[in-house]
Amino acid sequence: MAGEVLLWQALNRALDAEMESDDSVFTLGEDVGLYGGSYRVTEGLYAKYGEWRVRDTPISEGGFTGLGVGAAMVGMRPVVEIMTINFALLALDAIINMAAKIPFMSGGRFPMPLVVRMPGGVAKQLAAQHSQRLEHTLMNVPGLRIAVPATPQDAWWQTRQAIRSNEPVIVLEHELLYFSKGPLDTRLEAPPMHRAAVRRTGSDLTIVSYSRTALLTEQAATRLAAEGIEAEVIDLRSLRPIDWDRCAESVAKTHRLLIVEEDCLFAGAGAELAATLGERCFFDLDTPVRRHAGLDIPTPYNGALEAASIPTVSSIVEAARALANEGAQA
Amino acid sequence: MKRNTLIAMLRDMLLARAFEERAAKEYTQGNIAGFLHLYPGEEAVAVGVLHAAEPGDYVVSTYREHVHALVRGVSARAVMAELFGRKSGCSGGMGGSMHLFDAERRFMGGYGIVGETFPVATGIGYAIAMRELPEAVICFFGDGAVNQGTFHESLNMAALWQLPVLFVCENNRYQIGTEIHRHSAVTEVYKRACGYRIPAERINGMDVIEVYRATQSALQRIREGTGPQFLEIETYRFRGHSMADPGSYRPKVEVQAFQEEDPITVVLEETLPDYPSAEHLNAIGRDNIEHLRKHIHEEGLLGIGEVEQLRREIAEEVEDAVRFASESPEPTMADAFAALNCNRGQEVLI
Repeated sequence: MAGEVLLWQALNRALDAEMESDDSVFTLGEDVGLYGGSYRVTEGLYAKYGEWRVRDTPISEGGFTGLGVGAAMVGMRPVVEIMTINFALLALDAIINMAAKIPFMSGGRFPMPLVVRMPGGVAKQLAAQHSQRLEHTLMNVPGLRIAVPATPQDAWWQTRQAIRSNEPVIVLEHELLYFSKGPLDTRLEAPPMHRAAVRRTGSDLTIVSYSRTALLTEQAATRLAAEGIEAEVIDLRSLRPIDWDRCAESVAKTHRLLIVEEDCLFAGAGAELAATLGERCFFDLDTPVRRHAGLDIPTPYNGALEAASIPTVSSIVEAARALANEGAQA
Repeated sequence: MKRNTLIAMLRDMLLARAFEERAAKEYTQGNIAGFLHLYPGEEAVAVGVLHAAEPGDYVVSTYREHVHALVRGVSARAVMAELFGRKSGCSGGMGGSMHLFDAERRFMGGYGIVGETFPVATGIGYAIAMRELPEAVICFFGDGAVNQGTFHESLNMAALWQLPVLFVCENNRYQIGTEIHRHSAVTEVYKRACGYRIPAERINGMDVIEVYRATQSALQRIREGTGPQFLEIETYRFRGHSMADPGSYRPKVEVQAFQEEDPITVVLEETLPDYPSAEHLNAIGRDNIEHLRKHIHEEGLLGIGEVEQLRREIAEEVEDAVRFASESPEPTMADAFAALNCNRGQEVLI
């Protein structure tokens, strides 16, 4: 089936499809059942599958995420919804100490087909406790996989792949993307869950990004093209593992690399990208790797300050323009 | 109580004590490293609880779990080799003392972070309830764990959804060096379960028969569908918290008092008959002696000689485990990565 859908609808269809085909799949979280999900992702599933498979939980993030870990150890395929990534701080023991480590610590004797879905990022004036990015924290955990779908098509593909995976997968959604529209063709064959997507080809510089910022970067590239700067835009789609080959191939062609992320600059996801690609692509690069990221500040409530604390289309255009022109005057 | 059950429990308690004392020795000799938390004094808890369980039940345990694994049927070889960090250990040398696992025996792990056993057990219980299976989960934890958030979160969910979980508190009165009246406002741990509508009772953990019977009836209630149950089992560790802890915060008289109630002595007293005196034997005559012997046999009692025989077998089993562990190969880094990626599918990663 092909057509335009909202991202939450793609997630909803993915969950529905997997729950229908495999009765070991169940979902749990705050208000996922009767209420239908804070972002409508589980809408209609409670009526269709009943309370055991669509479980409304108490407000106990550590407890119910750990419950998912235990169920996954005995072959269930739990999809834990944490209402926002900010609440996942209460579940980090279950994610980091349990889900990521049990298969390893047991000498490879237990499966961990656990999915933890949660939205993160900066939304609209939700203030510091409800607007943060934690991908850097989770990226530093061997044993986890992290998918960051930015389009309905990727949400459909990656959610289903995450549920079918026997490894623990974090699906990081973005609060501002649930109601964004895009094409979804459920008949298309999925690329591997961690494969990066080249969203736009170009020869002047490579811009690597992910999640909502990848969409902003595509818009920025359109504006840059109007100025005669051709940017190649890579949407990583996965933060662990990272599709280094796609990035390196692009840099070999463009010789300039800009990394754009909403995460804070200091020790953010981009720090790893810059370090690894800087080493790997050193002889292909004409200029140092540049990063454009969120400011090192808790997200302010004030609307203007909030907007200024993270990359925008305009600021990405500026950063890309500066990099494209770097060394050109000399 | 059946003779075989009693003798099997005695055997496991003797094995537990001998295994742990040997582990302590191997630790001081440098063959075992890291944190080593030993179980002497608490044997009646693991043995009584796990002998009452069925093979289909799941066990989730803490970092003081060597004995739980042994009683569950993990071989002394596989546990000792794990303590030695060898490839033939039950966790391939990746887990060590605090992280013993055995999928086949449904031994779902030893967990190093206090309070982790609750959500794991609750999750397994959820899977059992969802599939309407007759199995149960046994969730071990210490008195120190009941002040973690996961305790309250998990008890609430287990009761709310009537999950088949038996919560077993091994109350040894100390969270490392802090005595229970200094870490808990309510020191009767079983009373905490009332807040979650979970039936709970307090058991003397120095008496393996009492532990066995209480567990049996709790598991029966779970299988009848009455939801989670809670046992607070009062016990005492004769050693410090770990090998790094001399346990000097505890008054000597307290340790001595509990040592006088050594659960192994208790079970031996239950198992060994009071042999009649020579005068008494003469008085009742030879036929009566034969009668008494037959009676002792049928009642499940052992002779001193049989106990000594058991001890010899166990000493050899522990010796064999140490030999096996020291002769086992070390795991390689390739083994470590194989464990990390054990669940990766066909998909080729970059």
